[in-house]
Amino acid sequence: MEYYLLIPFLPLAAFIINITLGKDILRNKADWVSVLAVCGSAVVAIYTLYDVAVLKNTYDKDLYTWIVSGNFKVSVGFLIDQLTSVMLIVVTVCGSLITIYSVGYMHGDPGYYRFFAYLSLFTFCMLMLVMGNNFLQLYFGWEGVGLCSYFLIGYWYEKKSASDAGKKAFIVNRFGDFGFGLGVIMVFLYFGTLHYSVVFGNVQTIAHQTVNIYGYVISLPTLIALLLFCGAIGKSAQLPLHVWLPDAMEGPTPVSALIHAATMVTAGVFLVARCNPIFNLSETALIVVALTGGITALFAATIGLVQNDIKRIIAYSTVSQLGYMFLACGVGAYAAGIFHLYTHAFFKALLFLCAGSVMHAMGGELNLQKMGGLKKYMPWTYRTMLIGSLSIAGIPGLAAFFSKDEILWLAYAGESPVGKFVFVLGAIGAFLTAFYSFRLIFLTFHGKFRGTHEQEHHLHESPKVMIIPLMLLAVGAIGAGWVGIPPLLGGGAHISHFLEPVLGHPHVHATHAEEWLIMGISVLIAVSGIICASYIYLVRLDIPVRFARNFRPVYNILFNKYYVDELYSFLFIRPTLWVADHILVRITDAKFIEGVVNGVPKSIGDFSQSFRRIQTGIAQHYGIVMAAGAIFIIAFVLLFM
Amino acid sequence: MVPLYWYIVLSAALFSVGVFGFLARRNVIIMFMSIELMLNAVNMSLITFSHYLQDMRGQILAFFVIAVAAAEAAIGLAIIIALFRNKSTAHVDEIHEMQG
Repeated sequence: MEYYLLIPFLPLAAFIINITLGKDILRNKADWVSVLAVCGSAVVAIYTLYDVAVLKNTYDKDLYTWIVSGNFKVSVGFLIDQLTSVMLIVVTVCGSLITIYSVGYMHGDPGYYRFFAYLSLFTFCMLMLVMGNNFLQLYFGWEGVGLCSYFLIGYWYEKKSASDAGKKAFIVNRFGDFGFGLGVIMVFLYFGTLHYSVVFGNVQTIAHQTVNIYGYVISLPTLIALLLFCGAIGKSAQLPLHVWLPDAMEGPTPVSALIHAATMVTAGVFLVARCNPIFNLSETALIVVALTGGITALFAATIGLVQNDIKRIIAYSTVSQLGYMFLACGVGAYAAGIFHLYTHAFFKALLFLCAGSVMHAMGGELNLQKMGGLKKYMPWTYRTMLIGSLSIAGIPGLAAFFSKDEILWLAYAGESPVGKFVFVLGAIGAFLTAFYSFRLIFLTFHGKFRGTHEQEHHLHESPKVMIIPLMLLAVGAIGAGWVGIPPLLGGGAHISHFLEPVLGHPHVHATHAEEWLIMGISVLIAVSGIICASYIYLVRLDIPVRFARNFRPVYNILFNKYYVDELYSFLFIRPTLWVADHILVRITDAKFIEGVVNGVPKSIGDFSQSFRRIQTGIAQHYGIVMAAGAIFIIAFVLLFM
Repeated sequence: MVPLYWYIVLSAALFSVGVFGFLARRNVIIMFMSIELMLNAVNMSLITFSHYLQDMRGQILAFFVIAVAAAEAAIGLAIIIALFRNKSTAHVDEIHEMQG
């Protein structure tokens, strides 16, 4: 019985109902359809997890032949295994909590039904992405979530910055997806099929093949892995394609939480984990993945230190955490990466929704410098956000502690040649993570209120429909990691054993003493990050100002995000616009296209202008022509026939 | 007995007079009459050949032509009257609304 089909198709049904009936009939009741659908999916997803984990069933079944052309055959099929079931839990459980939260957050918005329709469509595409059993279905879901991301970032399309951010996200993702598409084509060329089971089963056949590209001999697994990784870089906002994610915060906050923190951006990590047999064949590709992840983790964390926009800080934090997941995949610890993906979904969705709750109270204000002292106005938002921040900082016992510690430990102890290096990057990043997370907490909730009187008067705790999802996510941010407690602390590391059939297990060469040491270091890092933040932002409030004054260049670089946007603007955007303006508009369009489009009608017009003279409107002229014609024909017949 | 030849020459002459009148005269009424002349020239040759070939179909066709000519006269005269009311002239050179 394919009961699991309900998981993607319930949200699809909700989308169809909302988009057709929402505008005129459902209007402000559109939320119910989506909430019920995604909650239904969550229930089925939990049963699926039970089925896979306890009843030990996995499914890999083609349901419908999608495309047949020569030897190219693609089916719509579903693969339910350990990795998929974990992803299903992440998508549907976070998705349903965030959808419920949106009921309160989006209340009274004129496009209410549209928001829920897109949210359901997104959920459907994301589920197709994780449940597909072949690369083309993965690609379908991949582009579908990108499209929904574009719709929802530009949801408030009247606002220019929002529609620009949507376009930016879409265009930046095209760069990555181009590589991804090529990767899929390469897979088909060398395996003759796109089915995971066949591709991964025969993966050894390409292990020692090479391809020659303009004289450069490249190992085939490296090429395929790196092309696929291109897609992951774009979707998961890693260096150098990270620029779209902070701008994507223009969308409504539940969208940031669902798409740009919990699910869509982690699709890249899922892709790398799903394709681990290919990545495992190429040490070069794994090094690239690990270095990209490690450098991004540190890079984004440094930017997060000085930003003032509450959502952008969390966005950079997301980029940084995604870096950790890639770091884990790069050192071969795929299960640790997926584990972090899973815990991250809870605590990051929580942080975003708390930020949304703060914005709700502040009337849309995003600037940290205008907040402060909100603790007494919004106690539940404060408590849940504190839990989220403690979790992301890596305080022992909370979710992110276990997953991040696992990543750092496996980076340190694994076999990867760059393991020690990325461990250092990750450790510094962890310190900065703790620091900026608590900077955010202290500037928002502690101290004195720095906004206007009007805003202060308006401050209030959010409604229950928003607070309850926050509490549930807070429970997740505390307890989600308990499935992966390492044996060292008396746990069973259930999640990595659970995922082992799909993702394998990294080889570790280290002693227990070292493991204790690494764990000690990571706790020390977390605590010292929090202490530094509290000293600077609670006790010595003059330090940030003095730092900004004395280290002006450093501060400017960080504040302007390393000028990456400016660099891209100089390297790509302005040349593109110049070509568009000077060549496409003025030459191709004005000369060629308009030349043809206007020239053909004009020559026809000129011709008919000269030809119309024979239509005099005087009947006798026509009579003469007729008579002459008749005479001509008669003469012809008489003379020649 | 009048030979066939004479009838045909008379018919051709009548037709030519009609054509000439239609092309050369500028008065709409005269042009209209020229058209009737051409129709009757054709009728004459139809009846001539009918008699010569001893086939009644020619005379039947002539009756058809007369009937059509009557209808045409009714419509044509109505058009000419309407035209005259609008343009206050029967001179065709002054009527060129159909010019392209």
